[in-house]
Amino acid sequence: MADTQSPITPRPPPEQRLNAHKWRERLMQCVVLAIVGLVAWWLMHNTLTNMRARGAHAGFDFLLDPAGFEIGEGLFGYESGQPFWRAFLVGLGNTLRVALASIVVCTVLGALIGIGRLSRNFLLRSLCTGYIELVRNVPVLLQLLMWYFVLTDMLPTSDEALSPLPGFFLSKSGLTFPVPMATATWLYAGVGLLLGAMLAMLYLRHAGRMLYASGKQLPRVWPVLVLLTGGVLLACALGAVISDVPWAFDIPAKSEITISGGAAVTPEFLAVFLGLSTYTAAFVAEVVRAGVQSVQHGQLEAARALGLGRVHQLRLVILPQAMRVILPSLTNQYLNLTKNSSLAVAVGYPDLVSIANTSLNQTGRAFECVAIIMAVYVSLSLLTAWFMNRYNRRAALKGSPR
Amino acid sequence: MSDSIVFSPVTARPAPHRTQGISAWARTNLFSDWPNSIATVLLLMIFAWYLPQLIDWAVLKAVVRPDVDACQAAAHAGACWGVVSEKYRTILFGRYPYAEQWRPLAAVLLMLSLVGVSAVPRMWRWYLLPLWLAGMVLFVALMGGSVAGLTPVQTNLWGGLPLTVLLSLGGMTMAFPLAILLAMGRRSTLPVLRTLSSLYVELIRGVPLISVLFMASFMLPLFLPQGVKLDVLIRVLVGIGLFSAAYMAEIVRGGLQAVPQAQTEAAQSLGLGYWKTHGLVLLPQALQAVLPSLVNSFIGNFKDCSLVTIVSLYELTGALSLALGGDVVWRPFFLEGYLFVALIYWSFCFGMSRYSMRLERRLSRSQART
Repeated sequence: MADTQSPITPRPPPEQRLNAHKWRERLMQCVVLAIVGLVAWWLMHNTLTNMRARGAHAGFDFLLDPAGFEIGEGLFGYESGQPFWRAFLVGLGNTLRVALASIVVCTVLGALIGIGRLSRNFLLRSLCTGYIELVRNVPVLLQLLMWYFVLTDMLPTSDEALSPLPGFFLSKSGLTFPVPMATATWLYAGVGLLLGAMLAMLYLRHAGRMLYASGKQLPRVWPVLVLLTGGVLLACALGAVISDVPWAFDIPAKSEITISGGAAVTPEFLAVFLGLSTYTAAFVAEVVRAGVQSVQHGQLEAARALGLGRVHQLRLVILPQAMRVILPSLTNQYLNLTKNSSLAVAVGYPDLVSIANTSLNQTGRAFECVAIIMAVYVSLSLLTAWFMNRYNRRAALKGSPR
Repeated sequence: MSDSIVFSPVTARPAPHRTQGISAWARTNLFSDWPNSIATVLLLMIFAWYLPQLIDWAVLKAVVRPDVDACQAAAHAGACWGVVSEKYRTILFGRYPYAEQWRPLAAVLLMLSLVGVSAVPRMWRWYLLPLWLAGMVLFVALMGGSVAGLTPVQTNLWGGLPLTVLLSLGGMTMAFPLAILLAMGRRSTLPVLRTLSSLYVELIRGVPLISVLFMASFMLPLFLPQGVKLDVLIRVLVGIGLFSAAYMAEIVRGGLQAVPQAQTEAAQSLGLGYWKTHGLVLLPQALQAVLPSLVNSFIGNFKDCSLVTIVSLYELTGALSLALGGDVVWRPFFLEGYLFVALIYWSFCFGMSRYSMRLERRLSRSQART
């Protein structure tokens, strides 16, 4: 009959139902994977068809062919007949060279400016704030180009080179500066420094033990300095006695036409180096300021109440806590700087990107060249992040980055 | 007689130092102790030495007229602002046809007024979206022409400030939805989605923008089916959008993480699904909280647009080289040109960073509990 109720069929338990949450999630992930795969396949298919149509080759085999272009500067010797992979290596070396130099300078400059922003002196404070606001609101590329123009167009030619310090010459063709000559003395100095450093480490350990055992505080700064310089001086003196070659610097000298001797950096390197370090310094300054300000004011008051002097307040209380805030952001700034060093292509500094750009224009292997750039930068980023994370962990655990 | 006690007052204490007024301000800010005073004097000496020279160069001895002979006579002792008055049309609008340059000007003004309108919190309503869409369409129509009797202008002639504005705003608009999806993906419980979005974000954040631009200008044509040709402007726009999406995704993710877990639970207990929970409850709170960071990322994006010069699109920086690079007469005064362009960038970025600070204060006010 129509009004007889059919018995209710029992529903399967929730996890077996087809619309169960679990199954829906799995289905969705499959759909996403399928879409991504399809798009990737479509792009690959297009690329292959296009390349076949153009008669272009793919693959990294071109790296073994002779590059056929000159590179302005580099750490390793390079000639145009050498294969592409050597050229890329030279480019990578140039990238690392300018990035490392800029990282050192921007850290020092940034820390000074950041601390200057917290100064009690109104003029210093405003000067530092003004610097930061001025520099970080102008694109870094524009600043690089500006530096390059100033260095190559507004400086005198090398026969009228400026000499800001004795032995240093600045002109259109770059900066020439004295370098230590590769003589045995420097070997002795190195050995002396090493010995001094070992002795200093022993002394510091001894001082630490004394502090824990008796509460007596030994001086730390000047004995270390004495040990280091003493080691170097003694070793050099010994070296001078043994091989009678005293200190030797290769000091550049200016003649009527040109500057000879010493070591030189090109205006391209200088432009990238100055541009990157002054630009990033503004960001580092903000990071440092934020880090110092993140330490609660009570900490400073407590340190004062304990009778710590200004140096100890900073070194024992403020800095260890500020470092934890500063380090992650500082890592980010270092990574940004390394990535920004790719702008060197705009001023013709032969870094990795500009080498890749030249190779790309010569061989037409766009995919391969861009892939090399990306792979190198991703690995650099990962490497730096790993390195800084290790340091960071130490700072976080022990509370004091020594 | 008995001794009378003579009232002798204690000598008055010296009046306390003033705590207001210029002298008090100078005492605390300039001469609080010896090192401070020395620093003040040193800095004043430096200022006294350099400021007059700077003013001399930039104002007193400067040549403002577009007159090459006068500029050369000044011989770099004074700035040659004449280069700006001579070339500003090329610097601002690139190779855009001279007679039609009112159009990019109008387009830029239109976009700037749209930005100005959207900056006011009272205007944050639904109608902003259609307004922006209309603005974008009008911008492209003004620039490209071939509607309403405007002569068509090819995109390869677009340049200068309108290009910078288009690339930064357009890139941001493209990046925003993608960034939200990526942020949601990175927080998803589904491993496939999480891995894919993490991979994308970390990969893009690890490479420099210029490599993405190279990819957009050299490789994108290879990716497309044969016969399909994308304009280089659109390719670069896609590149910038894909790039900044990764950075914005991290900001949005930070905002989502800051929303208390209880909000999600409350939304779920109301019976809202995943998309409604995000769209109605989580994202509005998260986006509002990270608005200042988003503005900052926009500033970065605006500055980064100068990089398209390297793939030969002539935005502000490139237009300057276009204007002066080939000109033997004006080339020596490149520095003044750079300073002019820097001033344009600076005023935009500085204005936006002030705005972001104001937003931050406004937000922290609304977050304060009494």
